[in-house]
Amino acid sequence: MAGTPEKDAISGVETTGHEWDGIKELNNPLPRWWAIIFYLTIVWAAIYAIFMPAVPLFGGFTQGVLDWSSRGALSASMQEAVAEQKPYLDKIQSLSPAQIAGDRELAGFVQAGGKSAFLVNCSPCHGQGAQGSPGYPNLNDDAWIWGGTPEDINHTITYGIRNAHEESRQNVMAAYGRDGLLSPAEIDAVTEYVLSLSGRSGDPEAVEKGKPLFENNCVSCHREGGAGDTELGAPNLTDAIWLYGGSKAKIIETLTYGRAGMMPAWEGRLSDDTIKLLTVYVHALGGGQ
Amino acid sequence: MGLKHEVFEKNSLILTVGILVTVAIGGLVEISPLFYLESTVEKVQGVRPYSPLELKGRDIYIREGCYNCHSQMVRPLRDEVERYGHYSLAAESMYDHPFQWGSKRTGPDLARVGGRYSNEWHVAHLADPRSVVPESIMPGYPHLLEYRLKFDNIQDAMATHAAVGVPYSEAMIENARSDLIAQSNPAHDGAFDLEERYPKAVVADFDGNPETVTEMDALVAYLQMLGTLVDFSVYDAAENLR
Repeated sequence: MAGTPEKDAISGVETTGHEWDGIKELNNPLPRWWAIIFYLTIVWAAIYAIFMPAVPLFGGFTQGVLDWSSRGALSASMQEAVAEQKPYLDKIQSLSPAQIAGDRELAGFVQAGGKSAFLVNCSPCHGQGAQGSPGYPNLNDDAWIWGGTPEDINHTITYGIRNAHEESRQNVMAAYGRDGLLSPAEIDAVTEYVLSLSGRSGDPEAVEKGKPLFENNCVSCHREGGAGDTELGAPNLTDAIWLYGGSKAKIIETLTYGRAGMMPAWEGRLSDDTIKLLTVYVHALGGGQ
Repeated sequence: MGLKHEVFEKNSLILTVGILVTVAIGGLVEISPLFYLESTVEKVQGVRPYSPLELKGRDIYIREGCYNCHSQMVRPLRDEVERYGHYSLAAESMYDHPFQWGSKRTGPDLARVGGRYSNEWHVAHLADPRSVVPESIMPGYPHLLEYRLKFDNIQDAMATHAAVGVPYSEAMIENARSDLIAQSNPAHDGAFDLEERYPKAVVADFDGNPETVTEMDALVAYLQMLGTLVDFSVYDAAENLR
């Protein structure tokens, strides 16, 4: 093995001294570029350790000269974003939706920022186009269960509906059938009456029978003639818009088992600015009052 | 260059000793400080062990492989924090055995999904995701509504967690069955005790069937508490920069 280094006759390079069946290995040094990069990485590691958090210690770690941390960097980038958005958000907080709509730049900001917040937070239930689905209201139309003014929408987003928050909107659509408040025959009659409110009943006799039942049980919330009341969150029963479906079978289901859809409170989860942004965005979807 | 590398290359015993010394330095520097660190898990208020129903729900989460597509780790990056909420803290998964941080996001991160949607939404979405999110590619799990939750081993499971450091008290383990049933039935007598033992536990008839505790009940109870425990109003972010 060891011995005087032997030079290869053809290339003039020393061999390692190993030989296999007459084949010898040249002892070429590492390529210079490779070796330089290798030493540079070592130097880089030393510099990095000085400036950045690096070496674990007993009870902590070296903070580095730059005092950088990933959470600190996040906080800085968040503050930067807030500072950039602040002029817009301040205006949005102080202006009415009509005024915002009149300002092209501001309206564009609401469309972009509101849509982004809507897609992340609201679309799983209300749909990407706010079109809703059974149990989750369509936000494009002008039927509003809890009111469609900016203040109403803001309140609904902030505190939600039928959740555990103290300020949450609350009401009860009783389970008239399951809890035995009305018999199946009575429910059928009330259903026919409700259908007649939107001109769809084919059974005048049942409508006649259902009317007093409706007045005794439903009018306190749904109001005279089923016009609804946004103060109480009681839907209008005279239009063609139905949260849980307007077929006879669906109305019977609603009367029998009740309904209690829940919307979470977004206070605390979203900033006031984001809630206002969403309010203006939802208000501008088409049906804002 | 007094010491030639050739010495190591040509003498296996010296090479072995050299490797041992090098690895030992790396190990000592990286590992030994951890034994003296008190602050790898920041102190926060509100984190508690999983309630029995949540613990079973977590088992189903693992069984169904939810972690293959969903992470539970909001990283401290602006886009994640704006989408999901406050970045995850180590304390929030300190009772996870094993943790569910994950590394694959075919679906969204779930670290802060608790309270974002209604129970009805979760049930509808798990049974048939496209019934509420038409563009979803998540598979449906309708069988969870039919499978009765098996919880014969709940006390053993909690005792095992206690053995590896989860602070389940004796009362918690003793009342595990009653707590589990109470959480899925608001009319149950044990609901008050449950909330005493597990603050912020979401008590509800999750799947609309109060008589039976189904696997759906357990999974939704688990999802509804994810990321809701820490009281961020008393969390001092500046104290915990890292």
